[in-house]
Amino acid sequence: MSESYFYHALKINPDICIGCTRCMRNCPTQAIRVRDGRATIYENKCVDCGECYKVCPSGAVFVAEDDFESIYNFKYRVVLMPSVFMGQFPEDISASQIYSVITQLGFTHVMEVETSALIYSGIVNYYISQNEDKKPLISTYCPAIVRLIQVKFPSLVDNLIPIKAPVDLTAMYVRKKLTDDGINPKDIGLFYITPCAAKIAAAKTPVGEDESIIDGVLNMDTMYNMVLKKIKQEGSNYKKKQSANDVSSDGIILTLTNGEKRLTNFKKSFAIDEISNVMEFLEKVENDEIEDLEFLELRACDQGCPGGILTCGNRFLIKDRMMQRAKKWAERERNGVSSRKKEIFSQDEYLIANSQVGKILPRSMMKLDEDINIAFQKLTTIKEIERKLPHTDCNVCGAPSCGALAEDIACNNASLSDCVFVQRNLEVRNSLNIEESIEIMKKIWGEEKLKEFILNK
Amino acid sequence: MHTEFVVVEGDFANAGKASSDIKKTLKQLNIDNGKIKKIVVAVYEAEVNAIAHAYGGNIYVDLDSEKISVVIKDKGPGIPDIDLAMQKGYSTASPKVREMGFGAGMGLPNIKNNVDFLDIKTQVGVGTEITMVVNF
Repeated sequence: MSESYFYHALKINPDICIGCTRCMRNCPTQAIRVRDGRATIYENKCVDCGECYKVCPSGAVFVAEDDFESIYNFKYRVVLMPSVFMGQFPEDISASQIYSVITQLGFTHVMEVETSALIYSGIVNYYISQNEDKKPLISTYCPAIVRLIQVKFPSLVDNLIPIKAPVDLTAMYVRKKLTDDGINPKDIGLFYITPCAAKIAAAKTPVGEDESIIDGVLNMDTMYNMVLKKIKQEGSNYKKKQSANDVSSDGIILTLTNGEKRLTNFKKSFAIDEISNVMEFLEKVENDEIEDLEFLELRACDQGCPGGILTCGNRFLIKDRMMQRAKKWAERERNGVSSRKKEIFSQDEYLIANSQVGKILPRSMMKLDEDINIAFQKLTTIKEIERKLPHTDCNVCGAPSCGALAEDIACNNASLSDCVFVQRNLEVRNSLNIEESIEIMKKIWGEEKLKEFILNK
Repeated sequence: MHTEFVVVEGDFANAGKASSDIKKTLKQLNIDNGKIKKIVVAVYEAEVNAIAHAYGGNIYVDLDSEKISVVIKDKGPGIPDIDLAMQKGYSTASPKVREMGFGAGMGLPNIKNNVDFLDIKTQVGVGTEITMVVNF
């Protein structure tokens, strides 16, 4: 298609892909097609939600990550660890054990991502109170949602809250703190453990920003394996390291669905998770069907970040462990053992002053052309083609639906004869012979599949 | 380009079908987001009006590269006092309709605010034909 707007962490390995169409059928933005027997992604339509990864039966969809060894490019190596990472481990593994092991893996500092949670929600609440005219305001916490709105609901981009995510605020805080301690900024490397592909894409090409403050991204499943292996090897003989006291109870559950909404105080606000639920709701928001709506917390994954594609274990168990940990923290905060106001508040002015992101722009994937006359011609063509297609959405043409094929044809990315019904019709009218039909199928499904199922049987 | 939709009396569950379809089409044409919002809000209001007050009807959409024109033609009962119906807050909606969250008396005024051209032809006992146009 046209030029690529941004980096995608989700990729398909053509050597493993079996061309089963599952990803294509489940993609919420119809960004996948089958060509030459393999799934391929239209990059400008992909929002990195990870639905394809979840349904792939062969493991062909993968998430590209930075090489772990790249942490050694820096003298000071900070790991930014989200609370959902801790939630993956069974109850008998303590936070101090995880801190201890992760330091042994090569990091000099451990910082929990949600350290900035209360500062983040304070900035968000202030922004909402100052932007009454832009209501409903939509959280930018989940980067897949930001991209979904840019490509599919462009009229709502001005409703997005242009505030940096907690991971960026925490990264800014650590960098400032270490620099204030006299460390050369060039020697500081910040590495984020991500639960999903969207956050990698956001770290590599941040929306509304020139460059990211994060130096590298490590996949949560990889890190889980590394940490758990070391814990198993060491048994109970690990060197004790006190877990940090930077994160508050509210921070621990910020990443769960409702984690942001519960820190706001609006009459009409919603916390909605899972991408198809979000899309259904945004249709209504776009039509102005919901009156007096003030705030929306939207997450692409079920249960919020525990449902991320790179988390290990069941999302409900992860969520429960996070809730238990937050409950313990809250009790300590109530008893005065620990304060909700952490050290990060010493830098609150600096963080608030640098919390805004640049303008978030729409980049509609729906438009057929910039020029309305050409777009109108294409639309007319689509309507004509749709009348010729059987509306069976059988996927045999390599597109997710008859409607998607019609659009592909109008944009010169497919041919009408890619449809098996049209092929039979052409054969009946002697405009196409069997060899030509097989040639068409070969382009879509690849030579191997054709040999295996048609030519050699 | 011409498209048609059927409006069924009392079928609030399906309100928004025509406006959603129009929205998708206008996004494909890369129409300004503000203009899309205007026509979508106006058509949605008109759909709900026809569902709440009329005995069903049809929606006819005509589209070219300069404008969109939408006609909502219902089968009655017609509007006895059109000036009154154009006033904000005036509604003849039944308590049942109001309970469902509709019938606040904002329908026609809201349509008028969102379109470039509005024409209402109505005859009591026969029906109402609303024509609205938004220029691109």
